[in-house]
Amino acid sequence: MAREPEMSPAGMDRTSVSGKTPTIAEMTDLLVIGAGPAGCAAAIDAAGRGLKVMLVDENPVDFEAMNNEIPLHFGGRMTGAVRNRNAMTDAVLEGSPAIAEAFEAGVDVRLGTACWGLFVKAPTATWVDRPMAGIADAEGVRHIGFEHAIIAAGSRDMGLAFPGWELPGVMGAAAARRLATHYDALAARRAVILGSGAEALLTALTLIEAGTACAAVVEAAGAPIGPSDLISQITERGTEILTDHVVAQAEGDLDGVTRVMVAAVDRDGRHVAGSARAIECDTVVLGIAAIPAIELLEAAGCRMTFDARRGGQVPVLDSGQRTSRPGIYAIGDIAGIWPEKSTDPSVAVAEAQRAVAAILATEDRLDISAAPPEPAIDIDAYLKHWVRASVIEAAGEPHVCQCEDVTARDVLEVRPPRYLDWQAPTQKPTDLVSLLGNGPPNPDQVKRLTRAGMGQCQGRRCREQVAVLLALGAGVPLAGVPLATYRAPVRPIRLDQLAETEEQPEMTETWEGWFGIPSMWLAPWELGPDGRPLADDSDD
Amino acid sequence: MTKAAPEPVERPTGTEEDVPGASVVVVGGGATGLSAAWWLARAGIDVLVVEAGIVGFGASGRNGGGCTHGYSPLFVEEQRLWPMMDDLLGYPTEFSPERIRIAFDEEQMARLRRTHEIGGRLGFRSEELDSTQLREVVPLAGEGSIGGFHHAFGGHANPHRTVQAYAWAIQDHGGRVLQHTQVHNFTMSGGRVVAVETSRGSIGCDQLVIAAGPYTGTLTALLGTEVPVAPARAEMIVTEPLPLMPLGGVDGNGLYGRQTLRGNLAYGGGPHEWFDLDDMEDQRPPSSPLSRSIAKRVAELFPKAAHARVIRSWAGFIENTPDGRPVIDRLTEPENVVVATMSSVGFGLSPASGHAIQELVTAGRCGFADLSSFALARFDGLDPDWRRRRGWVSTPATL
Repeated sequence: MAREPEMSPAGMDRTSVSGKTPTIAEMTDLLVIGAGPAGCAAAIDAAGRGLKVMLVDENPVDFEAMNNEIPLHFGGRMTGAVRNRNAMTDAVLEGSPAIAEAFEAGVDVRLGTACWGLFVKAPTATWVDRPMAGIADAEGVRHIGFEHAIIAAGSRDMGLAFPGWELPGVMGAAAARRLATHYDALAARRAVILGSGAEALLTALTLIEAGTACAAVVEAAGAPIGPSDLISQITERGTEILTDHVVAQAEGDLDGVTRVMVAAVDRDGRHVAGSARAIECDTVVLGIAAIPAIELLEAAGCRMTFDARRGGQVPVLDSGQRTSRPGIYAIGDIAGIWPEKSTDPSVAVAEAQRAVAAILATEDRLDISAAPPEPAIDIDAYLKHWVRASVIEAAGEPHVCQCEDVTARDVLEVRPPRYLDWQAPTQKPTDLVSLLGNGPPNPDQVKRLTRAGMGQCQGRRCREQVAVLLALGAGVPLAGVPLATYRAPVRPIRLDQLAETEEQPEMTETWEGWFGIPSMWLAPWELGPDGRPLADDSDD
Repeated sequence: MTKAAPEPVERPTGTEEDVPGASVVVVGGGATGLSAAWWLARAGIDVLVVEAGIVGFGASGRNGGGCTHGYSPLFVEEQRLWPMMDDLLGYPTEFSPERIRIAFDEEQMARLRRTHEIGGRLGFRSEELDSTQLREVVPLAGEGSIGGFHHAFGGHANPHRTVQAYAWAIQDHGGRVLQHTQVHNFTMSGGRVVAVETSRGSIGCDQLVIAAGPYTGTLTALLGTEVPVAPARAEMIVTEPLPLMPLGGVDGNGLYGRQTLRGNLAYGGGPHEWFDLDDMEDQRPPSSPLSRSIAKRVAELFPKAAHARVIRSWAGFIENTPDGRPVIDRLTEPENVVVATMSSVGFGLSPASGHAIQELVTAGRCGFADLSSFALARFDGLDPDWRRRRGWVSTPATL
């Protein structure tokens, strides 16, 4: 046998992670990620009960990140004011009075601080000896150790391709609301809203309130799907609701969208000939589905489930808002989105109270009956109809994945990316079915081959569309498509900032390019006829 | 090597389907097993791959894509095959020839020099470069390096594309790939394996290949001969795309990896984590704060890419034998079984390892390379406590 690799005094392989635990910059009892209504309520509640609480929120997000559609699809519709960080911090504080309340309650509030990873001990990652969060702020990147973490990271929007959707002015509903309310920096004069669910209609009302005209609400389904009181509020304000319609094309110039062509669609999503008409607007708001922003939880290994009542892929939670990972809780939109919750802030606040009670082991005192009702619509059929009508039946071939230039056809035919300029032998067209074997369509497998979702927006604009396309292509329910995985860093982090690490000296001293097994690298002539190293001093 | 009596055969319960048997069943749909099946299918043999999950979803799809393994007895065949793989498979692998390696201290330089010397001995050319020359050929490099090598051999490929290319090409040649199918046991008759017992029922075979990565040990143990392997986790990071360098196969500074043809920098290195096979169950390989130490070394390697943003990280599960070298061998008993583990370095060598396995199955020996150093017999008399003796064990709860 080969000479044995070096061992540490503790009897461990010196080139393994053993004994090189990651450094922690600060410790807190409770880390709350996200200073929206739910996160602030949890932080204030926990601080009031004596916990040392740190509340981090990535807002105000810096201009460069917003330009790269991080963390939301801003579509370039920010005013110049977002370049002024101090003004933006003031705007964020003004837009969320609860943040100041948290500060008053003794919470350690960190704005402009993004959390890009949660790391907890796992059976195959025991070197992470205590739970920690990777954060990034203006000063750099650090690890914060915590006993408990409540994740209240909110929501983002499902992207939806149509010809011209890459133009500035096409943006997500959550981004539009955030710019309008938290930043007071929305550069939109006249918007068309796609989708008629509660989130879309609330966005329309928010925009109107903020001075943006709403030209139309466009709905691919045969009737608006949101709560009737919201629908009447919209129509009372003179906004037309176009059902059985999609955007066939967005047109524009250097400044972005100048108008959209809308078209009527039939039950199969086909565009009705001669039905196209123009609507003047500078903004298109994507609001067909609000998506719980689960990326931190999923990347940390918290178990997820497809739950139509909670708006799609959401964490598995117990009555105390506990995820499947010990010490990690989820509240607010990330725990599920449904109309009654979107229109009643007390639902999220109750989640915050349950999480804090669970942390303090007093949960039995709380009402835990907050189960969402059965959804009014079949979201599987609803989203498939939207994607069929807007993406598959589109006249052009819009890129579903804008970062990597991937079309719906590329996804369904599992085509290699164009930059390879691959000329497939004609007898062998690839397709989705040839990939599947006997299993469900796997978005990660399709991502690896087509690159859909591999780009610098980290798949935020395409992953739900790709999932719907795969469900359509494979003829399975959306719930049957596994969730594409998320990985840290869930926010793009500059290499030189991530690199600012005070690693353990042992890490530096024993760094190996690959396993520290000297006999691995021996050439045939350095081995004896029995395959053992010629210079063998082992007694195995 | 430990020998144990085979477990009594029990037909597994569950979904039973009528899966027709094959002349050769390959257990394991990673790069090694898929390549072996592809070579067998090309040779006109009826082959079926059984994969527990999705092809290439283990370490075969989670590696640096390097194709430069000078020390391996399969090296010459590796070098011969890679430039032809796109054409042979009929699908793109993104193979790109040549490598540059950069050193930042004498110790690193000494390691890099070995590839230069080994390659030279086998007739492969490389050139030593100083720091200035390196900056000329590697636009993202900066000051601080002490030198390096430009190898006019080796290269890199895209692991994702390559594993799927194998899977498709197997089917183009009439072979079958059965995904989402777990192997529970083997049925013996007359001293031979005659069927593989799976979650889809019994699958008959004349010959069996086991190339199941970390699971190779427990599967071979069912046949009475446990190939000694220990599972571990390693991780990598990926940046957003950057303008393409003339040569993407640049690494060094304690890192392995490449600039992909899309422009992303994809690099790994540093400490691994050992654990037990049971720990892997239902676990996606988690990446960890190690990404920061990898980032530090990538930023040193490519100072002009320091502004690039890291957009992903990933980890993979791999296995190592006690000496870190592959096993490609036929079992003495049952005699119709070939086992293969590439001991944590399998992707780049896969065109050659698959060819070797095919020859072992069809001809009983490998005609193009001397595989004696991959023989299982070198572990005869291995201390059963070999993992603990090397410290290849889980980090204790408290240190």
